[in-house]
Amino acid sequence: MLDSFYEDLEPGQRVSVGSYRFTRERILSYARRYDFQPFHVDDEAARKSHFGALCASGWHTAAAWMATYVRHFQQIRATKAPPHGRWPEIGPSPGFETLRWPRPVYVDDTVSYTYEIVAKRTLASRPGWGLVTIDAEGKNQNGDAVITFRSKVLVERSGG
Amino acid sequence: MDDDLLCFEDFPVGEVAEFGHLEVTADEIKSFAEEFDPLPFHTDEAAAEASVMGGLCASGWHVVALLMRMCCEGYVLRTASMGSNGVDEVKWRKPVRPGDVLSVRRTTLAARVSRKRPEMGIVTFLWEIVNQTGATAAEVRGVNLVATRASREASSEAGHA
Repeated sequence: MLDSFYEDLEPGQRVSVGSYRFTRERILSYARRYDFQPFHVDDEAARKSHFGALCASGWHTAAAWMATYVRHFQQIRATKAPPHGRWPEIGPSPGFETLRWPRPVYVDDTVSYTYEIVAKRTLASRPGWGLVTIDAEGKNQNGDAVITFRSKVLVERSGG
Repeated sequence: MDDDLLCFEDFPVGEVAEFGHLEVTADEIKSFAEEFDPLPFHTDEAAAEASVMGGLCASGWHVVALLMRMCCEGYVLRTASMGSNGVDEVKWRKPVRPGDVLSVRRTTLAARVSRKRPEMGIVTFLWEIVNQTGATAAEVRGVNLVATRASREASSEAGHA
């Protein structure tokens, strides 16, 4: 996505962007700043909760998706030749929908993130850009989904 | 037992609650972005000014994290929370910039008890993140899972037995 112009993206393309290990330190660091519910910050309270053990904030699982996604494409942009003689300008996202956390992420789970392009369309209001829809997913080391959502991203058109 | 926690029954449909007061700093925007969303318009003022965003702005994933923080402080830590299984929709309407002061307007859209788990209520909220000018920076529509009062009282009695 961040290495491609709108014209080069097609529905059906599927990409693995990498994985993120939810160490205890990372889980606590995120949760203490942003989501300090007892089952995200306190082992004993988590053990007594319906989760049964300390688990990551769902928003941490989502933020880790973005971290993995951006770093994947930064690596590509740092090591490969750009398409059409230059890299596309990176556009914002207007939002996402149907985010689900089917099961918790526990200490030392490793989540592998992928996405698939599901749709694309041009925008009359922003002629230099197209809107690309992707289905993102994260699975833990057992292959079980821990996060899924559908996201939209503005992607620069090459004009070519 | 924390007998004064808010239960499922304490979130009537149609209720509107306003809470939170959070000033966003450039340092916090850049620090979150370095960790989770290191795109130039979130990490570097000069690159951000030259970008389509027209200046430094917070990652959308930072904005929802700040919403969660304001919700924790505003009501979630006083609630018999059972977490959440999802969010139906997030719209990032306006960039969040350094110096913005954010608050939350929460509207209860729906509330029902889970059929599979009768001890658990499913409350659907619209959370609007409002900035200091009254403009909506983001809208989030999603669920809080909250224990029912009956289940809290039952577990409290079991605890004292």
